[in-house]
Amino acid sequence: MSEIVIPYRTEPHPLTGVTSGKLGIWLFLASEVMLFGALFSSYVLLRVGAAEGTWPTGVEAGLNVPIGTFNTLVLITSSITMVMSWASLKMGNPGAFKRYMGATIALGMLFLVVKGFEYSGKFHHGIFPATGWPGASDPSTFYGFYFTITGLHALHVFLGILVNIWLLVWGLALYKTEPERFAGRVEISGLYWHFVDLVWIFLFPLLYLL
Amino acid sequence: MSEAVAISESEAARVKSHLRVYVMVFVALAVLTVVTVAISYLHLPTALAITVAMVVATVKATLVAGYFMHLLSEEKVILWLLVLCAAFLVFLFALPLGTETGNGPLWPQ
Repeated sequence: MSEIVIPYRTEPHPLTGVTSGKLGIWLFLASEVMLFGALFSSYVLLRVGAAEGTWPTGVEAGLNVPIGTFNTLVLITSSITMVMSWASLKMGNPGAFKRYMGATIALGMLFLVVKGFEYSGKFHHGIFPATGWPGASDPSTFYGFYFTITGLHALHVFLGILVNIWLLVWGLALYKTEPERFAGRVEISGLYWHFVDLVWIFLFPLLYLL
Repeated sequence: MSEAVAISESEAARVKSHLRVYVMVFVALAVLTVVTVAISYLHLPTALAITVAMVVATVKATLVAGYFMHLLSEEKVILWLLVLCAAFLVFLFALPLGTETGNGPLWPQ
């Protein structure tokens, strides 16, 4: 029985100079740029178009700047542990890969837990996506935007964690037989993870600080 | 049968030489995060505050994309793909300029 092998998994395609997986993830990330771009573009439209006094700053809306700052640092730290996990594989050290990948997963989870506390704090104060500002029934789309884009971002973090758990627990077996191919998988997961970090880098000042 | 490709010595050495850069980028990102927050406490005029915050965020994003995502040493095909993507993104952001928003609030008074 013949096995169908997807070409250019580990060696670069002669036309593009990159592996099929890397081209694939970058195409996906380009579509993600447009997905989040549409929401950022909506933000500009909604904020500029908001009637006087209906668009709060993050502090006025009750967002906690120290907590947001903490979560930003958590994501940034998870980005360096992610790149270190990949570098460890490239340097032939699967033990260090496990530690760094474990740390990346833990930091991702910490981000979601903190975000969860922020959400539940809002819900306890009766603030939901349809809640207005400054009064609950005033016309403001701030909370609608806040919950939509941070929710979509949190979903991305969650999916990244799942992929990283898979790589750590089940995926690593491939390293014994095809180390370069497994390192490629970790690099691809890392590209996605850094992109999610990158989105937050813009989200944090827009929502919390301005 | 799939081919097993071992990681070469030179590749390992190349990655090892980047470790210091990764740590420096991380420190820069952390410092810039603190800087953004500190600036927000100065309560600059809105337009200036938005400009400064977005400039700092863009610098941070460039560091992440350039070093963690290896874009600085990436193949041309990826860079062209992102140039195309950026063109579409600019178009997307230009769209609101053609709406009534420029003339007044969206919400009826």
